[in-house]
Amino acid sequence: MNTTNSWFRDKILLGMTPAQYVKSNLTLPNLVAAIILCISIPVMVYRIMYGLGPATNLSDNYPWGLWIGFDILVGIALAAPGLTLGTAVHLFGMEKYRPFVRPAILSSLLGYIFAVFALMFDLGRYYRIPYLLVWSWGFTSILFLIGWHFFLYINISVVEFSPVVFEWLNLKKWKDFFSKLTIWATVFGVIIAAGHQSALGALYLAARTKLYPLWYSPLLPIFFLLSAVFAGISMVIVESALSHRFFADRVKGFDHEAFDRLTIGLGKAAASALFLYFILKVFDLVRSEDWVYLNSGYGYLYLVEVLGFVLFPAMLFLYGVRNQRVTLVRFAGLITVLGVILNRLDVSIVAFNWFLPASQKYYPRWSEVMLTLGVITLLILSYRFIVNRMAVLHEPAESEAQQEPEALAKKAVNF
Amino acid sequence: MTIDRREFLKRTAALAGVTLLGGTSIAHAADRKDFSRYFTNNTANERDWKIWEEKKNVHLGGEPFGILVDTTFCIGCRRCEWACNDWNKNPNQPVEKFEASVNDKNSVFNSIRRTHAGNFTVVNRFEEKDRDPVYVKKQCMHCVDPACLNACFVDAFRKTPEGPVIYNPNVCIGCRYCMVSCPFGIPAYEYFSAFQPQVTKCTMCYDRVVEGRMPACVENCPAGALTFGSRSELIKTAHKRIDNNPGRYVNHVYGEHEVGGTSWLYLSPVAFNQIGFQTNVGTTPVPDVTKAYLFGVKLFEMVSAWPLVFGAYYAVTKLRDHRKEHYPDGTPKDSGKKS
Repeated sequence: MNTTNSWFRDKILLGMTPAQYVKSNLTLPNLVAAIILCISIPVMVYRIMYGLGPATNLSDNYPWGLWIGFDILVGIALAAPGLTLGTAVHLFGMEKYRPFVRPAILSSLLGYIFAVFALMFDLGRYYRIPYLLVWSWGFTSILFLIGWHFFLYINISVVEFSPVVFEWLNLKKWKDFFSKLTIWATVFGVIIAAGHQSALGALYLAARTKLYPLWYSPLLPIFFLLSAVFAGISMVIVESALSHRFFADRVKGFDHEAFDRLTIGLGKAAASALFLYFILKVFDLVRSEDWVYLNSGYGYLYLVEVLGFVLFPAMLFLYGVRNQRVTLVRFAGLITVLGVILNRLDVSIVAFNWFLPASQKYYPRWSEVMLTLGVITLLILSYRFIVNRMAVLHEPAESEAQQEPEALAKKAVNF
Repeated sequence: MTIDRREFLKRTAALAGVTLLGGTSIAHAADRKDFSRYFTNNTANERDWKIWEEKKNVHLGGEPFGILVDTTFCIGCRRCEWACNDWNKNPNQPVEKFEASVNDKNSVFNSIRRTHAGNFTVVNRFEEKDRDPVYVKKQCMHCVDPACLNACFVDAFRKTPEGPVIYNPNVCIGCRYCMVSCPFGIPAYEYFSAFQPQVTKCTMCYDRVVEGRMPACVENCPAGALTFGSRSELIKTAHKRIDNNPGRYVNHVYGEHEVGGTSWLYLSPVAFNQIGFQTNVGTTPVPDVTKAYLFGVKLFEMVSAWPLVFGAYYAVTKLRDHRKEHYPDGTPKDSGKKS
């Protein structure tokens, strides 16, 4: 009976019959995801059919809103795990962090793909996006650099991740071929990622008079790059904690103590990057003599961002590392991620065109928020889909590929 | 203005969508009551770009043009707005309605306006203590070294040798970074066009200038507030006016040095920041800032690439040696390919 469909059943349905599979997916998280998608997919259609004007609160004063500020600036910063972990393991030879590499590369790959997917709704003429690559080149533009780097980086991430896919498909020759390419892809990826992470900050160099002085700095590219580094590390800390919790059955012979030790090691790295960032921020404030601006609404927000979401998590990391308190390190990681989100939204929306009266400022429309939520949901679903099927959270022993599908099915988490 | 049936239906549908899904979102900002932001049928871009394509190898001789705005002469009749809309096929009204704004109680002058998809220029009124209000025309400044041109990642802008900065709607992807980077906040976007939105801004009537005519707004100014001519001559004229009329002007020609110079030049009786000008834009062209950064990145990518590549090579070799040493029969991982 299962001759024709057995591949599909084993690989996609995790060894279940379609009926079993559907039944196993009737869970509360899936219900929430379905509700979000039921709203956000029509919003996507509405944006395409009627245009940006009806679908968003964007205006001539605020050409960039939530879809750039969150989906691109935040999304790309938080998609840096592949950059940081790939470099640490493949280039610096820190082999003990190898267990983090595959999930890190997967989150980078999906992060970039979905950031670009979201970008398609923000571009006025998304269907012309190939022009950027083959038709009309604006060499002087920082955005040109970013566009090309996104394109290249997605390709690099595909190469880096492809061994896992070929492993899943039992294509050994292909897997070996792409495994050999990994280190070169990583080298290329580091160069490219450092380039475009800083370029995202450099975009705002041109908006010198539009950005509130506390946020504008000639160091913006360095701030964006450095914060992407600690965002990447913190994302690994947060993500790995979550996925080891939710996908616990997927990780064979999981050594909790070793995992906690590694998490603390990551915390150390994050603390160093955070302190360096904080020192540069203070240096920049002193250099620009902008402290007169601190005593204002924007100034307080700036202080919250720099003290509450940079210095505070840096201290927490330090304390957690010194006292081997892994929960504290994870909490600090979460605060750092929230801080990076706050920083990107401050630069792109809150501090942008700050001199306009409140009535002309930009607030995201509900449809913009829903589309963003929908994209995040799709990202999480894709991540779960892949993790449930491929060896992401651990590198398998040779024999696992031939494992019984039933055993795999038991490990899967509601999908 | 005439609109054809198809366009009318399209716009009605868009507005129906607006009312259905987002009544509140339009109302929350005064600026959003400005209906010129709903306009979607720009033809000026395409027309000017065609001329540029034909003419790019045979330009008019001589110096780039500029326009001098003497705000002390401006009477706020808004004929320039009318003429601009008329020439560029933007939504328009009878000229009398524009002229009436000066005396209307409920006039457009009660709020400070900006350019939108359907208007390339606006006149704003700035009330001053103990003196007559100052009327200031606002439009694209046509920078000598334009930020928008430099920001565009598909190279859609051109600085013509005649002075106007023009835009090619046929390659624009709609990223709107030109709008972010413009220090004067001029370019607008046709947000209400679902499929073919364009960036819109003053074209300095490139199509008229190449025919030896002056821009529509200059031709229609009844008060002598606008002067068209070669930019360098206009700068001299402006300084002469300042010198010959003590007390009439502040001693500054806005646009002479701002962001590296602009084609539009302004004279004012009061400090420029009192009449809506950004006075902190500096004299460095915006592109210079990003050029320095791009140079740095290229240097980084080229210089740092080599140590990284060799480092990687070294790492690979070391790993191979390490494996040979410890697992002479092949590691469990790559035992398959070695046998």
